[in-house]
Amino acid sequence: MGTPSYTDGPAGHRTPPARGVPRRRHFADRPRRSVLLTALMGLTALYALLPLAWLVINATKTQKSLLDSFGLWFSGDFALWDNITQTLTYDDGIFVRWFLNTLLYVVAGAGGATFLAVLGGYGLAKFDFPGKRAVFATVIGAVAVPATALAVPTFLMFSKAGLTDTPWAVVVPSLVSPFGLYLMWVFAAEAVPAELLEAARVDGSGELRTFFQVALPLLTPGIVTVLLFTMVQTWNNYFLPLIMLKDPDWYPLTLGLNAWNEQASTAGGHAVFNLVITGSLLTIVPLVAAFLLLQRYWRSGLAAGSVKG
Amino acid sequence: MTAVTPLTTGRRPPAKGPGSRRAWTGWAFVGPFMAVFALVFLAPIAYSLYLSFFRDQLVGGTSFVGLDNFRRVLEDEQFWAAVGRVAVFLAVQVPVMLGLALLVALALDSGRLYGKSFFRISVFLPYAVPAVVATLMWGFIYGTRFGLVGNINDTFGVSLPDPLSPSLVLAGIGNIVTWEFIGYNMLIFYSALRVVPKALYEAAEIDGAGQWRVITAVKIPAIRGALVIATIFSVIGSFQLFNEPSILRSLAPNAITTYFTPNLYTFTLSFSGRQQNYAATVSLVMGVVTMIIAYAVQLRGMRKEA
Repeated sequence: MGTPSYTDGPAGHRTPPARGVPRRRHFADRPRRSVLLTALMGLTALYALLPLAWLVINATKTQKSLLDSFGLWFSGDFALWDNITQTLTYDDGIFVRWFLNTLLYVVAGAGGATFLAVLGGYGLAKFDFPGKRAVFATVIGAVAVPATALAVPTFLMFSKAGLTDTPWAVVVPSLVSPFGLYLMWVFAAEAVPAELLEAARVDGSGELRTFFQVALPLLTPGIVTVLLFTMVQTWNNYFLPLIMLKDPDWYPLTLGLNAWNEQASTAGGHAVFNLVITGSLLTIVPLVAAFLLLQRYWRSGLAAGSVKG
Repeated sequence: MTAVTPLTTGRRPPAKGPGSRRAWTGWAFVGPFMAVFALVFLAPIAYSLYLSFFRDQLVGGTSFVGLDNFRRVLEDEQFWAAVGRVAVFLAVQVPVMLGLALLVALALDSGRLYGKSFFRISVFLPYAVPAVVATLMWGFIYGTRFGLVGNINDTFGVSLPDPLSPSLVLAGIGNIVTWEFIGYNMLIFYSALRVVPKALYEAAEIDGAGQWRVITAVKIPAIRGALVIATIFSVIGSFQLFNEPSILRSLAPNAITTYFTPNLYTFTLSFSGRQQNYAATVSLVMGVVTMIIAYAVQLRGMRKEA
């Protein structure tokens, strides 16, 4: 992290062509579509989708046919609904509890992180203030520090404050997304014209009101992008909850699934591979759905962000 | 935050023209982020540094040991073996992943594909899959007894090498990480390509440049920034490798040791070994190593630009 452009501030950036997101121009005469290139891309898509197909197929199998049938085709009874019911009810419905925990961590963590990143990114893009360069340097420098370097001391600190084994221990560290701040800063520099802010100020609008009523609507594509990235991060988070939580009642889905998987290898444990697989499928469905539904919004936000690197 | 008052005084005429009002107002917006950042980033780093100067002994309690912990890291063979392992991983996996991601991005951007949006979303989808789920899935697929590898062996009467054996497990992890992040990197490259002015391509073609020449002389230089960023993120990611090996461990306990990667090592030290002071030191050293390499990558990326 830390290309010179980070510290130069928005003024140091090359300005991309007139609009943040140029429309793709269609040249009627070229380029010609290529069957060979499409076939090669097909291989890459196959690589990306095959494991997911494996997951869907195997979620339809019973524990028994899971172990003695070919992995990439259906076999035995179609047990998907049965597996889903079992997953949701196994161990007094702990999976549902994990699902709700994950939802809580995502709403509070990713929502809060996005809010802080939007506020901060806007502040960095549109204001000059004492210590601004120090803010960049600190945030960018800190990103390179490994998560585990922070994990041990954070765990000890939270433990002293009596916060481990509570949702706070997962939510509070999730509130900071340096990547989100960076993305939002670049986006705000572009999407909110300074003249518009000046006009609002001249009209007597306070800074907070200007932010909420003038800037925020313009920032929407950037906000959706940051929200999706922080959502993925919190939804998929494994390491932080792993060290912070002991009580399975507070586990997110990722930790719960791994616990089910390890159950097979512990002494006297009952192997529940069909539940691990069906649970995995249920875990990725909401995120995949969110990506598919929101893709037109977040892609335009990302395009404006990435050119700045 | 304490800076609420300046918010209402925003009516002063700007000192240096629009957008460059040098006042404390900006802190009202950046402050909340920085407050939490200080709590969950800066304070733990400072605390880590503090911890690294002490040693906790069963007898005698905590005592100040100066730089002893750091000396111990330098001589710690397990630690350096782990660093070597992630360095190998980095040297092989990152170029493969970024190369593939770049090829996919260029193919999508070329406009020569049938069904472009299908490819874009399918290559990206694995990014939405949690590392835990990705590792569990691939772990099952790798299984030689009842996984897909085993199926293929049985069906075709061959014997594919076991991806979970000690000699191949690093490659197996590399494949999982590549699978997870090709789409993410592809998206970064693709978005950067989309904002390259199209006039550049036209100018190059008028000058007689072919497809390949446009790619190497115009497109790739134009997105160098994105390439450097993606490389740095991947370098940091490789050095922080934890989830995949730690979850695969339950399937391949003999192939993946408790000090397989530096992060796994610090985790083991602090949560199973109760050596939190030493773990903090190891983490700090690893943080410094990561920063040096990330910085070197960045310097190299920038030097080419000059």
